[in-house]
Amino acid sequence: MGLFIAQILTGLANAGALFMVASGLSLIFGVTRVVNFAHGSFYMLGAYVGYSLMQVLPGMVGFWGAILLAGIIVGLIGVIVEICVLRPVYSAPELFQLVATFGVILVIQDLVLMIWGPQDLLGPRAPGLKGVIRIMGEPVPQYDIALIVITPFVAFALWYLITKTRVGTLVRAATQDREMVSALGVNQAWLFTGVFFLGCALAGLGGALQLPKGGADLLMDFTILGSVFVVVVIGGMGSLPGAYLAAVIISVLNVFGVTYAPQSTLVLMFVVMVVVLMFRPFGLLGKEEVAGEHGQVGEPERPIKPAGNRIRLLVAAGLVILGLLPLYSGNFAVVLVTDILIFCLFAASLHFMLGQGGLVSFGHAAFFGGGAYAAALFVTYADTPMELALVLAPICAGLAAIIIGWVCLRSTGVYFAMLTLAFGQLLWSLAFQWGDVTGGDDGLVNIWPSDWASDNSVYYYIAFFLCTGGILLLRQAAHAPFGYAMRAARDSARQAEAMGINTKRVQLVAFTFAGIMAGLAGGLFVFSKGSIFPNELETARSFDALIVVFLGGVKTLSGGWVGAAFFEGIKDYLTRFEYWRLALGLSIIIVVILGPEGIVGSLRKAGERFGLLKVPEDAK
Amino acid sequence: MSPILSVRNLSRSFGAIKAVDDVSFDLAKGELLALIGPNGAGKSTCFNMLMGQLKPSSGTVQLLGKNIAGMQPRKIWRMGVGRTFQITATYASMTVVENVQMALMSFHRKLYSLTTFAHTLYRDEALSLLDTVGMVDQAERHCAVLAYGDLKRLELAVALAHDPILLLMDEPTAGMAPRERIALMQLTADILDAKGVSVLFTEHDMDVVFSHAHRIMVLNRGQLIANGSVDEIRNNPQVQEVYLGGGTLFNAVQEDAHA
Ligand SMILES: Nc1ncnc2c1ncn2[C@@H]1O[C@H](COP(=O)(O)OP(=O)(O)OP(=O)(O)O)[C@@H](O)[C@H]1O
Ligand SMILES: [Mg+2]
Repeated sequence: MGLFIAQILTGLANAGALFMVASGLSLIFGVTRVVNFAHGSFYMLGAYVGYSLMQVLPGMVGFWGAILLAGIIVGLIGVIVEICVLRPVYSAPELFQLVATFGVILVIQDLVLMIWGPQDLLGPRAPGLKGVIRIMGEPVPQYDIALIVITPFVAFALWYLITKTRVGTLVRAATQDREMVSALGVNQAWLFTGVFFLGCALAGLGGALQLPKGGADLLMDFTILGSVFVVVVIGGMGSLPGAYLAAVIISVLNVFGVTYAPQSTLVLMFVVMVVVLMFRPFGLLGKEEVAGEHGQVGEPERPIKPAGNRIRLLVAAGLVILGLLPLYSGNFAVVLVTDILIFCLFAASLHFMLGQGGLVSFGHAAFFGGGAYAAALFVTYADTPMELALVLAPICAGLAAIIIGWVCLRSTGVYFAMLTLAFGQLLWSLAFQWGDVTGGDDGLVNIWPSDWASDNSVYYYIAFFLCTGGILLLRQAAHAPFGYAMRAARDSARQAEAMGINTKRVQLVAFTFAGIMAGLAGGLFVFSKGSIFPNELETARSFDALIVVFLGGVKTLSGGWVGAAFFEGIKDYLTRFEYWRLALGLSIIIVVILGPEGIVGSLRKAGERFGLLKVPEDAK
Repeated sequence: MSPILSVRNLSRSFGAIKAVDDVSFDLAKGELLALIGPNGAGKSTCFNMLMGQLKPSSGTVQLLGKNIAGMQPRKIWRMGVGRTFQITATYASMTVVENVQMALMSFHRKLYSLTTFAHTLYRDEALSLLDTVGMVDQAERHCAVLAYGDLKRLELAVALAHDPILLLMDEPTAGMAPRERIALMQLTADILDAKGVSVLFTEHDMDVVFSHAHRIMVLNRGQLIANGSVDEIRNNPQVQEVYLGGGTLFNAVQEDAHA
């Protein structure tokens, strides 16, 4: 009994930071309709800033002062981000906003690395609260009790602010009806900025508060992001009580999980989420959201046409040149181009469902890594030969995609994005925590191709045929009735349903198709590297694909593989710089704001300007 | 002859608002039936329940004797009902003719095909549909750049693609110039006559309603307050009061600003 109560208390204590981060995210979304993917980064900043402040400010007052100050400083950093990055993209489609906030994640990661260095920081203990108290014989840290007491106060203060003050009235009005706020004569821009300050300050506060429990490290941003999305989805986007309830549920569950099912703590949280979503697609206390009522950025997407003969000749020539690569170049180039081809297929599969279907998935690595793990597991435990493993990889990824897609497609827009991200995290946790089977952090090694394919050039041909074949198939699908049905569902689901199209089913098939192709890429990947580690399932990997698709050009048919080829090509060069994330993050932000057509779109424009391409009548 | 559509006690509330309150009516084959009423009367809500976009709180909708209330729009479409929306819904990333082809591909159950090129499928059929609504010369235009009136015409062509027996048109002429309105409604009436399609439509422009409807129903605050021939409705004091009270004169051309 004592242990039981102690665990509940620990869970409640852990819920504090989670609630603060989640409520911040929820508030920002409610008012600005932007899901701030960089919210985990503000949490991380809070921890680091708090740490430094605690070094400077001594004693009890110093400790709590440092936490408060950390919140305020992080809030101010949030204001800078809001003004510089988000203001220009408020009216853009969700994807652009999400990608912009992702650029912010990269920038903050490198800034933190630059300032605080790579080593994990051990948080100082709270002065005066270093001991434990015994509850029915079980030790409970005093600091935990403090957190349990503080969190409801923060929650109450927030609730008071939102429901009882003028600022709160405006926030609620903005959450419900944009026009109303401008009618009230409020400067909407500054309301957004203010809310961003509050949300980021909450995240920073959460980060600083958990210092004595967890310290600060460079992975905090993504680690918390998954949990926060789960909390927000379970609690209901925009609901503060919901966020608190869900944070408590998740945290308590985690503590019990650690005791009774130590290998499935992370998985548990996703199971709860799925169950909640089955019965309440908008969360426990959430209201139905109409997400995604955004304008188009730039020109509307143009109609597509299959390539003419000139382009086909060009593509064929390119393929011949690529196909002959092992004959005229060295081993290094062959291996590099193998990697590039695999990444191109992965990115093209994401681009297919994102570009044609409008399905913004933030967890596509689940299928890439999933396919890779499937192949590796079959090889390790069933001595499966490469040929069969390369068939099983896409099949397993496809099966995973059916299940994950079925759950995620119950929601749309940003909810869909968050759910896919959460599922990506789920698969990652499986690979990471289920060490007996997956090797955990050590991964699975010695997964080599069959003897006949062990030569790099031979393997190159395997990758070449499967990847270019996959990419061409995806492209054909875009021109086929199926691709049109996907675009119909994306352009106007209302009209599509009213003309006999089962939009959810079309989307599920598209999601699965993309998953299968990503799984194939993953299978090829594992045999080319000989090993697989959980990081191929990480959210960061999903983001890689998303970023190249985006930079390649979402609204073009070739954006996916072109972006992938470009970035995989320069990756070695780029990562030689110490702060390449910073550079990449900044370029992403700049592209979002200044050149949302991406590489292919910009090239097309340039081609039209200089008379190399014909401009369609309606695009003039 | 038994009616094509037979609606009984149809109701729908949003919270405390009874948007549609106990509405019953029949629609005969070949009839051009107008549903009129002031803004917020519940016309669109009614349409959304007939086509499945909204589930009724209660009541039945029978299409050729089969209850379709609560069915999904795509199922109702397959049973031969087409509709156009008050706010046009088209596929902005496609060309005009591809919008029609899309409906034809769905009708012929070709949606999951991966091997054919969509832009060649059912092209001739689509072009002839565009021809009937006078849009064939714009077939290759990008849908996103069309004028509003042309979008309405395109929607009509799309709605006709599966040879419907019943067409629901929510304010087919909203947002058009007066002369265009009459022309479009004349065109619609001709097409429907030729194909024998029954139509239920809503309209704010009384000139259009009086010159084309075979019969008129008047909805006010969710309730049907009148149902009769053009002359009966024109001279119905209750209807006049609703319209005068609502600030809308019969012959005023009212623009639709309401989403
Ligand atoms: N989804 C909804 N939620 C809440 N109330 C709604 C909803 N849809 C419609 N209503 C309400 O139901 C009533 C009827 O609306 P409806 O759109 O059917 O009117 P209408 O006759 O089509 O008006 P208009 O001529 O302006 O198109 C209105 O009071 C409207 O505010
Ligand atoms: Mg209406």
